[in-house]
Amino acid sequence: MNLDIRYPIGLLFLVVGAILAIYGVVSDPGIYIAHSLGLNVNLWWGLIQIVFGAIMVGLAKSGAKKG
Amino acid sequence: MQSIIHFGNIDYLIVAIYFVFVLGIGWALRRTMKGSGDFLTSARSIPGWVAGLAFLSANLGAQEVIGMAASGAKYGIMTSHFYWVGAIPAMVFLGVFMMPFYYGSKARSVPEYLKLRFDEKTRGFNALSFAVMTIFSSGISMYAMAKLMGLLLGWSFEASIAISALIVLVYIFLGGLTSAIYNEVLQFFMIVFGFAPLVFLGLKDVGGWSGLKEKLVGVSTSQGFAPGAWTEAWSHLGAPSQNPLGVEWFGMVMGLGFVLSFGYWCTDFLVVQRALAAKTMTAARRTPLIAAIPKMLFPFLVILPGMIAIALTHQAANGATGGFMLPAKNGSYDYDLVIPYMLGHYFPTGMLGLGMTALMASFMSGMAGNVTAFNTVWTYDIYQSYIAKDKPDEHYLFVAKGATVVGILLSIAAAYLAASYNNIMDVLQLVFAFVNAPLFATFLLGMFWKRATGHGAFWGLFLGTAAAAAHHGLTVPIGAMSLVKGGWLGTVLHTYPSEMAQNFWTAIWAFSSCFIATVVISLATSSRKTDSQLRGLVWSLTPHEDKSEGDIPVWKRIAPFGAVVLILTLILNIIFW
Repeated sequence: MNLDIRYPIGLLFLVVGAILAIYGVVSDPGIYIAHSLGLNVNLWWGLIQIVFGAIMVGLAKSGAKKG
Repeated sequence: MQSIIHFGNIDYLIVAIYFVFVLGIGWALRRTMKGSGDFLTSARSIPGWVAGLAFLSANLGAQEVIGMAASGAKYGIMTSHFYWVGAIPAMVFLGVFMMPFYYGSKARSVPEYLKLRFDEKTRGFNALSFAVMTIFSSGISMYAMAKLMGLLLGWSFEASIAISALIVLVYIFLGGLTSAIYNEVLQFFMIVFGFAPLVFLGLKDVGGWSGLKEKLVGVSTSQGFAPGAWTEAWSHLGAPSQNPLGVEWFGMVMGLGFVLSFGYWCTDFLVVQRALAAKTMTAARRTPLIAAIPKMLFPFLVILPGMIAIALTHQAANGATGGFMLPAKNGSYDYDLVIPYMLGHYFPTGMLGLGMTALMASFMSGMAGNVTAFNTVWTYDIYQSYIAKDKPDEHYLFVAKGATVVGILLSIAAAYLAASYNNIMDVLQLVFAFVNAPLFATFLLGMFWKRATGHGAFWGLFLGTAAAAAHHGLTVPIGAMSLVKGGWLGTVLHTYPSEMAQNFWTAIWAFSSCFIATVVISLATSSRKTDSQLRGLVWSLTPHEDKSEGDIPVWKRIAPFGAVVLILTLILNIIFW
């Protein structure tokens, strides 16, 4: 039984994306003005990673059904 | 030591989560490692897209990420020739023309193919030189990482070496090549997610591509080049004096494009091993083609940050305040710090953890790739061939695991030996030039000329490597301060306008010497292999793969796929002409 690599990839980005997005909501906006041109990069990029992670897990699940 | 990047708890948490996943993948695979084939070749079970991304990622070590960004700052968009002239055509050639022989021969390694096609001594020569090179490369990755982490985060050199070595050791020891390949895929996505926002923010800061172009005019003209020298890839290749790379188009296309890149991508077992692990011939041939698609876009991820960094630094040096500035080093800038300084500048805590994790991941997969190539070559091509033949497979699995431990210990030794150079990539290119450049001539003749003999191949390789060393020993780049840069044979016959130009011409000399010597010696000696022994190893004696593609629709076949990749690459070249 082999490991489908899409599960760990999906899970990793779900977890990391969630951490970044939550941190983006609760963190001091000053750090975004100081660093990322005022853009809340943690929140937005965290959300994108959550979407990517969900797609990966979804692909792994549909792949497992077929196989 | 004062740290440059201020890591928060969130950043440490992200690093820790990543390493839990890395080790977890090794742990999850531990039960599938039943024999030496599982451990060293993944028992040919990897899907094409996984092998493809691993193929790309195995090369994404210190050389790629740090070196390409450094070159982006030093040479501008011309650095993309390493991709658009170098890597991509070579990868297409590997997938379309060479993979049928590699995969079809059932060879477990590149040296083993040489044994099947030529003879024992050719394999031995290649296996030994390759084993030394992997250890050297792995050590450089480790050294570079430890040095960087010390500088950026204040971590001790010894601790960084120990931790990175231990993590790589554990996940390879548990899950073998499959674990390394899976982690390379994970690392690929980490690099994309870690660096894409950096490029986005950097470009936004300089006013997009047009703003960057405008800002780089000053960088070009202040060094005496035409205004577009940093942003036009081909327009300034008429003469070495017109561009910062110090090469003309012939040396660039032949030296980098044809000899160095084909030598690396088509014959280096580190990358070829990923394709050999694919589960079918079609998947193996698609591996480099799948890798080529993201590869052609990587200049935007790794070279662009360097160009943005030098543009902002130039601006800051001319009086603008509050911007980004590279640290100075020996009267110039410390180009190797482009990526980490950009991460520290543009990323707040949180994203900073992700970006730094991507960087660490790339260093570690640089090590892991080399260690997995080393343990295979050691076990199959050196140990099984010369030390202990005909042992049960459990014995070779044991040896392979032992070689993993020894390989990592030797890498640590190499890390401590690694000296400091201005640009890590120049050093690696030099090693590739000596060892890999003649190799491509051997494979080209071996695969497409059935008359090439074992004696021809061996002495061709030997003379090609000797020619590379001799050329490097008799020439220097302008302003060379040490014998490492060339001229160590005492007489200097030619002075090149840059180190790059010297490296490219070293490669051209090595390839040509090997090619001519192999042809001449082959014609003077008789082949010990019969036509039936060479079936599946040489073009003219192998039934063409295209016939077996009969049922597959045209758009899914290998050759059209390769053609599409080449056309897309051509378009990129034209856009950035």
